[in-house]
Amino acid sequence: MNSSTRLQLAQGGPSDAGKQGRRLARAVGWELILGILLLAAIVAGQILSPDFLTTANWTNLLANFVEIALLALPLTLIVITKEIDLSVASILGLSSSLLGFLWQARWPMPLVLPTCLAAGALAGLLNGFLIVQFRLPSLAVTIGTLTLFRGFSFVLLGDRAIADFPPEYSNLGFGTIGFLPIPFIFFLILAIVTAIVVHATPFGRTLFAIGGNQTAAQFSGVRTQRTKLILFAVSGIVSALAGIVFTFRFMSSRADNGTGFELSALAAVFLGGVSVVGGKGTVFGTFLSLLLIAVINNALTLVDVSNEILTIVTGSLLISSIVLPNLLSQVRERFRPRHSAETSAPVAQSVPQNPS
Amino acid sequence: MKRDYLMGKFGGLSQAWERLLRSREAWLVLLLAVLVIGTASANTRFLGSQNIKDLMLNVSLIALLAIGQSIPIIMRQIDLSVGSIVGITAFLSGLIFFDHPNTPNLLVFLVGTGVGVLLGAINAALIIWGRVPSLIATLGTLYIYRGADYAWVHGRQINAANVPASFLALGNIGFLGLPLLMWIVLLFLVLAAVVLRQLPMGRECYAIGSNPTAAVLAGINVHRRVCMGFLFSGGIAGLTGVLWLARFGTVDATAGLGIEFQVVTAAVVGGVAITGGSGTVGGAALGALLLGVFNSALVVLRVPPFWQQAFQGTMLLVAISVDAYLAHRLAIRLRIKRSHL
Repeated sequence: MNSSTRLQLAQGGPSDAGKQGRRLARAVGWELILGILLLAAIVAGQILSPDFLTTANWTNLLANFVEIALLALPLTLIVITKEIDLSVASILGLSSSLLGFLWQARWPMPLVLPTCLAAGALAGLLNGFLIVQFRLPSLAVTIGTLTLFRGFSFVLLGDRAIADFPPEYSNLGFGTIGFLPIPFIFFLILAIVTAIVVHATPFGRTLFAIGGNQTAAQFSGVRTQRTKLILFAVSGIVSALAGIVFTFRFMSSRADNGTGFELSALAAVFLGGVSVVGGKGTVFGTFLSLLLIAVINNALTLVDVSNEILTIVTGSLLISSIVLPNLLSQVRERFRPRHSAETSAPVAQSVPQNPS
Repeated sequence: MKRDYLMGKFGGLSQAWERLLRSREAWLVLLLAVLVIGTASANTRFLGSQNIKDLMLNVSLIALLAIGQSIPIIMRQIDLSVGSIVGITAFLSGLIFFDHPNTPNLLVFLVGTGVGVLLGAINAALIIWGRVPSLIATLGTLYIYRGADYAWVHGRQINAANVPASFLALGNIGFLGLPLLMWIVLLFLVLAAVVLRQLPMGRECYAIGSNPTAAVLAGINVHRRVCMGFLFSGGIAGLTGVLWLARFGTVDATAGLGIEFQVVTAAVVGGVAITGGSGTVGGAALGALLLGVFNSALVVLRVPPFWQQAFQGTMLLVAISVDAYLAHRLAIRLRIKRSHL
């Protein structure tokens, strides 16, 4: 399909070029806006504080957002298929608590880490099983497992905190290569792999098909249930990885680690342009929105705005990410009748203003 | 002839029996009874008057929020911002008493509820005019309201000494054997139940939840109903904030933090389907009661408190799985019935 449009482009049909351009603008639109916002935030950060554009600060900035960024990656895929996973932060907490619990039980660390990841996979499989086998709504299931997995963490650790981890593992949390924190490099690799899987493989295309119309996808031979099961299991594993990173970054394992992160990760996914009604979104969009939130939070923290108040910014960004495109399309709707009369004219002039 | 008559009579009886069997509320009451009797026989302290009173007071706040939450959920919406609204109005009521100690209690109630309605109106405006799905809109306002709360409170705290005794008494003084707080909850429970069951307005909520498109085609003003649902849910959350102060006396910016999932859990355990279109406010209140009694039973039975959350999550999962199983069986039975026609 791609090559055929390219062929038409080569033949120079003006309306085809317009169509292609519009499709490009529609695909790039939200990411472009996020990119501009990100640049603006960086410039504003530099104006607000001279410490902003230092490598030390950027190491800090990137390290701070890495757990939520890890949670947001598989969540993007799940939301594209029109499901939701609210239990991610509780799986993070469970993996962190299990790490501390097993370490205190004198398990060797090379055995503890895979066990944590396996526990995450099991937790994700439980979500997936309930959703796929019993056809339960994922919102209700994961609100339940949000409480359940957090409960398991408290059963494991109670209100103890375990902090005597071997120092050589601290690199997993706050070591750096150059100025890039090691966990951020993990995230970057995972993000690239995810982007390739979602946007360049048949498996990735099926995600959009399921999100767009599950019944239609099923009738076209997509194994929707298996795909969902895989997604939830992967989400569990990556959340457990985020739990390991979190534990080593703060050198502390507590049952309440990462409470409330699910909402931050979800906010980043929605702000990244992934549609809540499914079938739309890009990994790059989520990546940009994560970076945007991290930069804004960091810049405002540098000028002594407290963390709790920063949530106002996250909330406003989240809501405006949907309200603004909606308002734009409403405005465009109002001008549509005049446009439709001149469809035969080259449509190229309407290309630049196509953000949604 | 006589046989038919008898059949009819027994048929009617069995129908009533079946309706009772299928009613979520009946099962919840049964479960509650089993739980209470079982726990009390293991430890008689469970039925001590102080324990029951504490239990009732703790449950009332969650039950009230669950009643408010049910209306949006029945319409296939969700209101995640209730915890943050509680935080704002709880501190606001405390601040009113701090600045003007002689304010009449009723005025504080009106102001708190009014602010709740106002915040609910912002949610409604975003959902209806901004066309933001309610999950995202109220997730956003959850952040914004709580952030505004922190910015405004700025580390201050209201202590019981700043609140008039007559107001704190609301959580203590009994009327006909129940604390006043519970009567307020019961009042709203009955009000919401009657509206949902008897008035066209309430029936329309169920229609919207079962099939939004069909509701529009049937001429229901969906926007108006959804708007009212969020105003109600916001108002109830505002009222709960005021009662929060009456119950606890000490309030800072963190009142009601993270309570939203607990409220949704109570409603869903009580049979309010998260996919909309079914459930009652009575069920939601019973769900809150069941969760509260369960937690209290764990304490009395000396189970470490750390098990509470795990049990709560399991209960929600079991509740929705049973619902799905029953719905599946009903669908099969209907299919068989139709094929015999």
